Amino acid sequence: MATKKQTPKTTAAPAAGWKYEPALESTDHVRFEKRYGHFIDGKFTAAKSYFGAINPATEEQLAEFGQGSAAEVDTAVKSARRGYEKYWSKTPPSERAKYLYRIARLLQEHARELAILETMNGGKPIKESRDVDLPLAAAHFFYYAGWADKLQYAFGGAQVAPLGVAGQVIPWNFPLLMAAWKIAPALACGNTVVLKAAETTPLTAMKLAEIFQEADLPPGVVNFVNGDGRTGAALVNHPDINKVAFTGSTEVGRAIQKQLAGTGKRLTLELGGKGANIIFDDAALDQAIEGIISGIFFNQGHVCCAGSRLLVQESIHDEVVRRLTHRLSTLRVGNPLDKNTDVGAINSRAQLDKIEAYLGYGVEDGAVRHSAPCPLPGRGFFVAPTFFTGVAPAHRIAADEIFGPVLSVMTFRTPEEAVAKANATPYGLSAGIWTDKGSKLFAVASQLKAGVIWGNSFNRFDATSPFGGFKESGFGREGGRQGLLPYLEVRG
Amino acid sequence: MKTPAQTNMRLTVAKTYKLFIGGAFPRTESGRSVALRNRSGEFVANASRASRKDLREAVVAARKAAESWAGRTAYLRSQILYRAAEMMESRRESLTATLVKAHGKTAKAAEAEVSASIDRLVWYAGWCDKLTQVLGNQNPVAGPFFNMSSPEATGVVVLFAGESSPLLGLVSIVAPVICGGNAVVACSPIAHAPIVIDFAEVLATSDLPAGVVNLLTGNRDELLPTAASHRDIDAIGAVGLSMEEQVLLEGGASATIKRVWIDTDRTSSAWALADHQSLYRITPFLEVKTSWHPMGL
Repeated sequence: MATKKQTPKTTAAPAAGWKYEPALESTDHVRFEKRYGHFIDGKFTAAKSYFGAINPATEEQLAEFGQGSAAEVDTAVKSARRGYEKYWSKTPPSERAKYLYRIARLLQEHARELAILETMNGGKPIKESRDVDLPLAAAHFFYYAGWADKLQYAFGGAQVAPLGVAGQVIPWNFPLLMAAWKIAPALACGNTVVLKAAETTPLTAMKLAEIFQEADLPPGVVNFVNGDGRTGAALVNHPDINKVAFTGSTEVGRAIQKQLAGTGKRLTLELGGKGANIIFDDAALDQAIEGIISGIFFNQGHVCCAGSRLLVQESIHDEVVRRLTHRLSTLRVGNPLDKNTDVGAINSRAQLDKIEAYLGYGVEDGAVRHSAPCPLPGRGFFVAPTFFTGVAPAHRIAADEIFGPVLSVMTFRTPEEAVAKANATPYGLSAGIWTDKGSKLFAVASQLKAGVIWGNSFNRFDATSPFGGFKESGFGREGGRQGLLPYLEVRG
Repeated sequence: MKTPAQTNMRLTVAKTYKLFIGGAFPRTESGRSVALRNRSGEFVANASRASRKDLREAVVAARKAAESWAGRTAYLRSQILYRAAEMMESRRESLTATLVKAHGKTAKAAEAEVSASIDRLVWYAGWCDKLTQVLGNQNPVAGPFFNMSSPEATGVVVLFAGESSPLLGLVSIVAPVICGGNAVVACSPIAHAPIVIDFAEVLATSDLPAGVVNLLTGNRDELLPTAASHRDIDAIGAVGLSMEEQVLLEGGASATIKRVWIDTDRTSSAWALADHQSLYRITPFLEVKTSWHPMGL
């Protein structure tokens, strides 16, 4: 990769002498197997071949997981079909609800262990898996539990029915939470599931399988096949799947939509994004700076709805950059298990390579790089949180989804220009608007082509709040009442 | 053969059936026309056979109209759809006559199809300002935020009408899509041209802004691949596709993650049934937008 030499601009670290002592979360009470195959028909089953999954913060192998073959996927789908016909479709809705409530409660009871495992396998800071991923995962089961026996009230005048067997494929950025987003509404609506977790982060799905056993969920109602994209392709193309739900890259989503053409399978896609975070000159700047930081550096920027394009009103650009530079210097990057860590490990070597390539493209295309001055651990996959100034909309860092802690700063003069720039992307997942003027906020929000709009906030999530994209960010919603629709046949 | 010179009879003024794009009635840019004949083989009219370029022009017109249409108040959109129903009512005799003369319907069937089409427009007109309430809601998030979800138009929608029921089949798929605030390009079979263009004249006199509905007549096998792969179309709806066409449409749509809605074709009497007017024919062409704002002093 050819890049021009450029020393990142940094400012001095804050008041010397005051340092954070490590505050490590202890891992001595977490337990997991050395090897997992799949979870089919209510039991852990062996696989024909295995691959290793690592801790990205140490590069040490955590456990081995089955590489699901077409035959193993077929066994899982058959189990889900049997689970649907024999148990789940015959379980009264009120009892379905109680299973889901049970699962929610068990998730809460196992929250600490699951949070630690999520951090060990995924690399995200423990404070995020503890305070965001786990509470939200439990909340999703709890929220959808209540819908299971109230579906007739969900969509006025319509009769609803389950679809059958859902094949679900989820990404590595929120492994357990994405599993909850997918499984909870599917089960509440009366479907059974075969889910494939991402190949770098299958660990918490296996723990979730243990919870399903603990909850006495009937066999076959939820099945997990492990493996890489080949396993995912076998799953979504299986002829006995009625519905496919995919969260991941737009590229893979496109391929799935194409493969499913003419099959009559229902499809929902939650794909990439290049969210605009718009800062008007009348915004409360202290809050806006925190919103910008969490918007792009939350979960190392491995967030499809990240606010990766900062649109700043020209008159306050220099002030925002000054404050951002300072705030960047206070971010703590390092061991994800340290409770003080703000930015953890990049999920994989491949993702780190991609992010580093984009850091190079930014400089190559003529933008100015500002990286946090923090020291990075010697082992594991880490990158300094970075923003670029002097970015033009045509730059690769402004147009492509990087899926890392890299922010592109651009400017605008009028609200009309802000809207035009924010919408000038094939994506349409999220956007942020920072202004103290309510009328301006409503006017801009109504013109943005994005599925989630955060006014004077960013990266907020809730089980009751529908999430999903416009345009090439996909279709279908997860969360809230609208999140039931992808899993129901609606007639009326 | 009798001529006016011999009999003093009045020479009738034959109508030229063109296309309806951006509020105007242009000929197809390709200059192609197809002679339509009735069941006994008599010449009815020449109809335009829309080209791929006509489709692209119509998409440009729809894109131009989409934002302002979605931005009108729901009350106004509702009134405009209702106005279209009024215009249809005032032309019901001429529409019925076209269905009889050009499309071989019995007078009774033609009248029923026109009536059902008018009623369908009225039904969807009423939805414009109720969609948001029925499909949207406030979400009780676990924190100090005001959070609400509301439906918005998907954008530019291309529709392919089926072979049967040239008027009701078209109205039944166009009305729900524009009622949700989308702009539409609807493609009907060439043989439908007389009633399709009569319907275009209804729309042209209904205060419907130019470009919100564009009507083409053409061959589906020529237009469908262009629509499927077009990068500035947000959604496609189609009636009565073969399996081959479905694969082509859904496969092509994946390039830009278009929303695709496919339904089976039906006879006029089946289209007339009340269950073919449904809120859930509007939803495939809507997006849900969820907005958050903190609450606090």
